[in-house]
Amino acid sequence: MATFSWPWQYNFPPFFTIQPNLDTRKKQLEAWCSLVLNYQKSQKNYILDTTEAQNSPLFYNKDINRRLSTDGIQTVLEELRKRGNVEWKDKAGKQCIIMWRTPEEWGNLVYKYITDRSMKNTVCTLYELTHEEDTENQEFHGLEDWLLLRALQCLQSQGKAELMGDEGVKFF
Amino acid sequence: MDRFEWVDFSLQPEESNVISQTGVALYDGPAKSRVLAVPLSLVVLTEEQPSGFAKSAKIAVHFQKANSGKAPGPVASSQHDYIRLSFRNSGEVEFYRFFMEQLRERRWEKIVPPADPVSGVGARNRPGIMGIERSIQHKQRNMDMNISQSFKDLRMLMEKAKEMVQLSKTISTKIREKQGDITEDETVKFKSYLLSMGIADPVTRETHGSGDKYFTELARQLAAVLEKPLQECGGIMTLSDVYCRVNRARGMELLSPEDLLNACEMFEFLKLPVRLKTFDSGVMVLQLLSHSEEEVVKQTQILLEDKESLTAEELAQQLGLSVILAKERLLLTEKMSKACRDETVEGLRFYPNYFVTK
Repeated sequence: MATFSWPWQYNFPPFFTIQPNLDTRKKQLEAWCSLVLNYQKSQKNYILDTTEAQNSPLFYNKDINRRLSTDGIQTVLEELRKRGNVEWKDKAGKQCIIMWRTPEEWGNLVYKYITDRSMKNTVCTLYELTHEEDTENQEFHGLEDWLLLRALQCLQSQGKAELMGDEGVKFF
Repeated sequence: MDRFEWVDFSLQPEESNVISQTGVALYDGPAKSRVLAVPLSLVVLTEEQPSGFAKSAKIAVHFQKANSGKAPGPVASSQHDYIRLSFRNSGEVEFYRFFMEQLRERRWEKIVPPADPVSGVGARNRPGIMGIERSIQHKQRNMDMNISQSFKDLRMLMEKAKEMVQLSKTISTKIREKQGDITEDETVKFKSYLLSMGIADPVTRETHGSGDKYFTELARQLAAVLEKPLQECGGIMTLSDVYCRVNRARGMELLSPEDLLNACEMFEFLKLPVRLKTFDSGVMVLQLLSHSEEEVVKQTQILLEDKESLTAEELAQQLGLSVILAKERLLLTEKMSKACRDETVEGLRFYPNYFVTK
C-alpha cells in the first residue's frame, strides 16, 4: 500500500477555512476530498464519526493550530457524497461510510482479477475472494464483506456476475 | 414686625431680581421667622452687625409704618419696627452693597403703573392658590404670544411648502396613473423635469434645499477639488473621509451628508473623472476614473506573495490606507481568485491563492 504523506495544503492555514470565492472553494474542496480519501485509505478506515473527526489529525493540524470547523467537515463530506464516496449511516449526519473506492471501482478490480485469471464461469465464495492466499497481493484482499457484497451487486447489475445466496458468486 | 406680606415666588411686572442669597435666616425683631416680602419703600435705616466667634453676620433693617393698603402678612401687628437678616453662609457684604444701592436708587418710585391696573393690582394682591393659578395663566399667555409671534414667518413658509408638496404629489400620481400609457422615455423625461424642480423623489415629502443645478454644480466642484487628494491617496477614498475633507475645505458653508451623496451620484452623469463606488460590504468610496481594479488586485497580489500573508491592518500600514479600504482591497483580490482567507479567532488573514496557482 502506498505510503501516506500530507499534501502541501495541510500546512497552508487557509486550507482550514472554507473559501467564500467559488472558484477557490472548488479547488480547495478537491484537495480536501483527495486528502480525506487518501487518509482513510492509509488507515484502512471506512467509518467516520463527524463529532470525533474534528480532533482527528485529518481535520486538525496541531502544528499550525488550525482545524476545520464542523460546518467545514460537513461541506467536505457532502462534496464527497456527491461524488459517491460517502454514504451517511444515519440521517442526523453523525456517522458516515467513506469509500475511498466506490463499490463500482471495487467491482471492476475484482472482475479484472477474475478475467486475468480466466476464472470466468466459475463459482467462488466471497471468503475465497478476500481471504485466500491467492488474492493476497490484490487490493481487495481483506475487503469488508458488506463492501464486497455491494461491489458484486454492482457487477451483477452490469450482467458480469451473479450472486448465489450470501456466500457465493459466479462471474460471466 | 407687621410690614410683611404673603406673596408667591413669581416676580410682579414692576419688580426685578437684584440678588439671590441662600443660607439667610430672618429674625422678626429678636425672634426668628419665615417671611416672604416687604416693600423697600418702608425702609428707613439699615445697619451691619459683623459676624462674631459663634455668631453669623447680620443686617438689621428698620422700617416705617406700613401703608393702609397692605396685603395680609404672617403677623397682623407687632411692636418691633425692624428685622434682622442672618447670613449663615456669609455673602453679607455683597448683599449689603446691593441692598444699599437699591435703597439709594429708589426704583419703586420710578415705576410706571401697569397698563391694566385692575388685573395687575388684583393679581398682585390676590393671595393663596387663586393667586398662584392666575400668575401661571398670565405667564402662559405671555409665552403663547411670544411663540406665535416667532412662528409667524415660519407658518408662511410652511404654507408654501404645503403647496409644493401638493404639486409634487399630483405630478407623481399623474405619472403613476399614466405609467401604462406613456413610454419609458417619457417617464424618464418627466422624472428629470421633477428632478430639475428640486424634488429628487417626489413620492416622499423630502424636498431638497435647491434644484438639480445645485447638485450638478456641487458635483463639478467636488470633482475639481478632490482630484488631487485622491491621486495622493492612491486613487481611492472612503466617502466619510471625503465628507470630512470637503467640509473642512468649505469652512462655514457645510454640506450635509445627503447633499454630498446626491452630488456624488451625479459624477457619472456629468462624465467627471471621479466616480462613486459602493463595495459589496456597503462601504462607499470615491475613486478616480483612471484607478483600475486590475492594477490594485495585481499590486495586492504581489504584496501578498511578498509578505506571505496579510491582515487588513498590516496592508493598511504598508500602503498608508485606512483599514476599511485595505480590507476592501483584500476582498476584491479574493473575489478575483488572487487571494484566499484564513479565518481564525485571531482575525481574518489573507494568503496568496495557492489553491489555484499551485
